Amino acid sequence: MKHKFFLFMVAFIVLLTACGQRAGVGLTELNVMTHDSFAASEAVIRDFEQENQVKINFISSGDTGSALNQAILTKSSPLADVFYGVDNTFLSRALQEDIFETYQSPLLAEIPDEFKLDKGWRALPVDYGDVCINYDKAYFVNKSLTPPETLDDLLLPEYRGLLVVENPATSSPGLAFLLTTIAYYGESEYLNYWQGLKDNGVVVVNDWETAYYTNFSASSGKGAQPLVVSYATSPAAEVVFADPPVSESPTALVAGSGTCFRQIEFVGILKGTRQRELAEKFIDFMLSRQFQEDIPLNMFMYPVNSHAQLPEVFMTQIKMPIQPASLPAELITAQRDNWIEAWRQLMLK
Amino acid sequence: MASVNVEVKSEPLNNHFLQGQPWKLWVAPILFLSLFFVFPMLSIILATTQMVGQVSLVTNWSRIIGIIGFTLFQALLSTLLTLLIGLPAAFLFGLYNFRAKGLLRLLSTLPFILPTVVVAAGFNSLIGPRGWLNLILMNLLHLGEPPVQLLNSLSAILLAHVFYNTAVIIRVVGSALEHLDPRLEQTSRTLGASPWQNFWNVTIPLLRPAMASAILLVFLFDFTSFGVVILLGGPQFATLEVEIYYQTMQLLNLPLASILSIVQIVFTLLITLSILRLGGGEIIPVRPRVQEERLRKPQYLAEKIFLVFMMVLIFVIFISPLLGLILRSITRLDAERRERGVILPALTLDYYRELFINRRQSLFYVPPILALRNSLLYALASSLLSLLFGGMAASALTYKIRLNKWLDSMLMLPMGASAVTLGLGYVLAYGFNFQSRQLFPYLIPFVHSLVALPFVVRTLQPVLASIPATIKFAAATLGASRWHIWYHIELPLVSRSIAVAGLFAFAISLGEFGATAFLTRPDIPTLPIAIYRFLGLPGALNYGQALAMATILLACCAAVMALIDLTQTRMYSGENL
Repeated sequence: MKHKFFLFMVAFIVLLTACGQRAGVGLTELNVMTHDSFAASEAVIRDFEQENQVKINFISSGDTGSALNQAILTKSSPLADVFYGVDNTFLSRALQEDIFETYQSPLLAEIPDEFKLDKGWRALPVDYGDVCINYDKAYFVNKSLTPPETLDDLLLPEYRGLLVVENPATSSPGLAFLLTTIAYYGESEYLNYWQGLKDNGVVVVNDWETAYYTNFSASSGKGAQPLVVSYATSPAAEVVFADPPVSESPTALVAGSGTCFRQIEFVGILKGTRQRELAEKFIDFMLSRQFQEDIPLNMFMYPVNSHAQLPEVFMTQIKMPIQPASLPAELITAQRDNWIEAWRQLMLK
Repeated sequence: MASVNVEVKSEPLNNHFLQGQPWKLWVAPILFLSLFFVFPMLSIILATTQMVGQVSLVTNWSRIIGIIGFTLFQALLSTLLTLLIGLPAAFLFGLYNFRAKGLLRLLSTLPFILPTVVVAAGFNSLIGPRGWLNLILMNLLHLGEPPVQLLNSLSAILLAHVFYNTAVIIRVVGSALEHLDPRLEQTSRTLGASPWQNFWNVTIPLLRPAMASAILLVFLFDFTSFGVVILLGGPQFATLEVEIYYQTMQLLNLPLASILSIVQIVFTLLITLSILRLGGGEIIPVRPRVQEERLRKPQYLAEKIFLVFMMVLIFVIFISPLLGLILRSITRLDAERRERGVILPALTLDYYRELFINRRQSLFYVPPILALRNSLLYALASSLLSLLFGGMAASALTYKIRLNKWLDSMLMLPMGASAVTLGLGYVLAYGFNFQSRQLFPYLIPFVHSLVALPFVVRTLQPVLASIPATIKFAAATLGASRWHIWYHIELPLVSRSIAVAGLFAFAISLGEFGATAFLTRPDIPTLPIAIYRFLGLPGALNYGQALAMATILLACCAAVMALIDLTQTRMYSGENL
C-alpha cells in the first residue's frame, strides 16, 4: 500500500515533468500573454520562431477581463513581454494603468487611421470585428416575414419575443450591444429604447453560449428565438463548422446603419520587458500580412492591415455592416459602471 | 466481537501512539492551507488595498445586501430539496442490496464532475424550449408553445443544485449507514421500541455527524454557486460569487471584489460553525462491523415500492440529462433548413472523428487524448494530495486538541473562496517572474486539492471519530506500532470513506474550471477547458465536438469511479474484522 502510493507519486511527477519539458533548450524565450480566444496557425508561429531563433510561450489567462487584470496586478514584475487582447471597451483602463511601453511600429503605415485609437502608440490595433444581430434565414422565409433592418424595427409587433440579447454585466457582446444602442440613441434616450425592447418581449440571458446555443433557433441548440446578438463573422463560422457541409450559411446579419458595434483588439509591449527588441519584432510580425491573413479563420475577426486578403468564406457569407457604431474609449471607461447599473435597474426589475 | 488480527512482535511495549503528540498531525495540513490558501488570499487583499483610490468603493450596497439575502435563500432551499431526495436515496443505498445497485450509485455520482456549461446543454436538450419534454408534450397535447418553461428561473437553479449535490448526501450518509452496528438497533427493538422510535432515537442520532457533514458541504456548495446561477438561472439572479466575478472581470474593481470575497469567507465561517454546532456534540463510538452486514434484500411490499420509486426518481433526475447529452453527441440534426419544423435526426460519429483532426492546423489544437491525460493526471495528483492532507487533519480532529474547533472550521474556508479571487491570488503570490509563469500548471493539483480538502475531511472525520479508542488501546498493548494500528485497523475500517473521499476529490479536480483557467497553459489544457474552447465559436461541428468531449469526460470518469468502487469492495468486503 505504502509502496504503491510512492510509486504513484513518482510516476506522476515524472509524467508531469515530461509535459513541462517541451521547451527548446538554449533558445531565447518570448512570453506573450493573451486572452483565451487567441488562436493562430502552427506554421505561421513556427516561421517566426525559426527566423528569429526564439521560442514563444503563449500564456492564456482567461477572458479579456481576467487577462487584463493579471497584467495590471503584475505590472511591477510582469509575467510576459507582450500583451495581446485588450479591446476598445477596456483600452483606456489599460492606458490609465500604464502597463505598456511606447512602440511606433513601421507597419502602422499599412493600417487605416480609424483603428489607431491610441495616438501615444502604446496599444497597437491588430484585428477588429463587429457585434451584430444575427437572424435565422429559414424562420423568416417560412413565416414570410422580412427580417428587421434597423434598431427601430425591433420594436415592431411582428418581431415580438423574437430577439435574445446577452446581459452586459456578464457578457462582452452583451456590453457591445448596449453600447450600440447608446451610440445610436444617445445617453438620454437609450433607456427608452430598452423599455421598448422590454415591452416587445426581448429575452435576456447571461452569456453568449446560452444565447447562441440554447436560445437561437438557427444554431445546433434549436432554441426559440430567431434573432440573436452575436458577431458579424458568425455566419461565416456556421459555414466553416457546418456538419454536413453547406454552401450557404443558415444565418445572416441585420447590418443596417448603426446596428452593429465595432470591437478593436490591441497589442502592446509590457513595461519591464527584458526582450524589447524581440517584442518589437513580434509586434511587427502580428501586423504583417502573413499573421494578419491568418487571423480570420482562427479567431473569426478581421485583420486591420489593409493589404491582407480575406478568405473566400468571409467575402461570400458576410454582408459588411454599414457604419458600425462606436464610442470614445475614455467615455466607455468612465461610464461603463453607470450604464450597466441603469440597464440592470430597468431590465431586471 | 470483531477480532483484530495484529501480529504480536517481541518489541518492547510500543504505545507512543497514545502518549505521542497528536497536534503534530496538524503541521502538514496547516502548512498546506497557509501556502495555497491563506498566502494567495492575503496577497490579493494586500495588493488591492493599495489600489483603493483609483477605483470607487461606492456601490449600491442595498443591492449587495439583496444579493447576500438571495444567496442564502437559494442555498437553503437547494439544500432542503437535496436532502428531500438525497436522504431517502442514502437509506436506499445504505440499507438494501438490489440489482444494479453499484451502477445506479455510480451514475448518481457522475453529475458531480460535469462542467456547468455541459450540464446546461444537457438540461436544454431535456427541458429547454425545444427539448424532448416540451416536444413530447406539444405533440401529445397539440400545443403551439412549449408548456414547460423551466430554464432561466429559480426552479432551474434548484434543479441543477439537486442534480449536482445529491451524490454528496448519498455517498456520505449512505456509507455512514453501512458502517453502523446493527446490534444497537436490534437491542432497541428487543427492548420494545417500535421501528419508528428505533429510527428516531437510535439510527438518526448515530448518523448525526455524517448528516451534519453532508449538509454543510451541500450548503456551502450552493452558497458559492456560480456556473449554475449564470447559465441556468439567467440575469435576474445573482449570488455573491457572481457579483465578485462581475466586479473583477467587467468593472476591474478589485478592491470591491476583495471586500466581497472577505464577506463570502466570513459567511462560510459562520455557516460552518453553526452547522457543526447543530450536528456536533458527543460522537457515539460504535463497534465497527463487517461492511454490508446490515444490507439485505427488500422483502416487504412497502420496501419494494420504495425501491422502485427511488430507482425511477434517480433515473429521471440524474440519468436522463446524462443520456440526453450522450445521445446528442451522436446525433446530427439535418441541415434541411427550408422545411423547418421537420427536424430529421440521424446518428453520426462525425463529432468524435473530428476531435482527432487538426483541421485548421491550429497552434492550440488539443488532441482529446492529451487533454484527457492532463485532466486525469491532475485529478490523480489532487486526490492523493487531498487524501494525504485531509487524512492527517481528520485524524487530528479525533483527538482532544485545544484549537480543534477553530482549525476544523478553517479547513472549510477554501469552499468560500471565489475562484476568480483565488486565481488572481495565485498569480500574485507565485508569479515572481517570466519563468515562474511557465510553471503555473504545477500549481493546478494544489488548487484542486485545496477545493477538495473540505470534502475529504468531512467524509473521513465522522467515520474516524466513531472508531472506539479501546480497539487502538488493545492493539497498542499487544505491541502494535502506530503504523501497524493505522494499516491493520484504521485503514480497513475507514476504507469505504477513503474511497468516497478520493472519488469526490477526483471528480472535483476533473470538473474544475474557474481557477484552472488562470493557471493553465494553452499547450497543457484540461478537458473542461477544451470543451469551453469549442463552445466559444458558432457552428454545428463545434457544438457537437463539445458534447463529444463531454461524453468522453463522462465515460472516463465512470471508468475511474467504477474502478475505485470495485477495488474498495474487493479489498475489504471479504476480510474478517
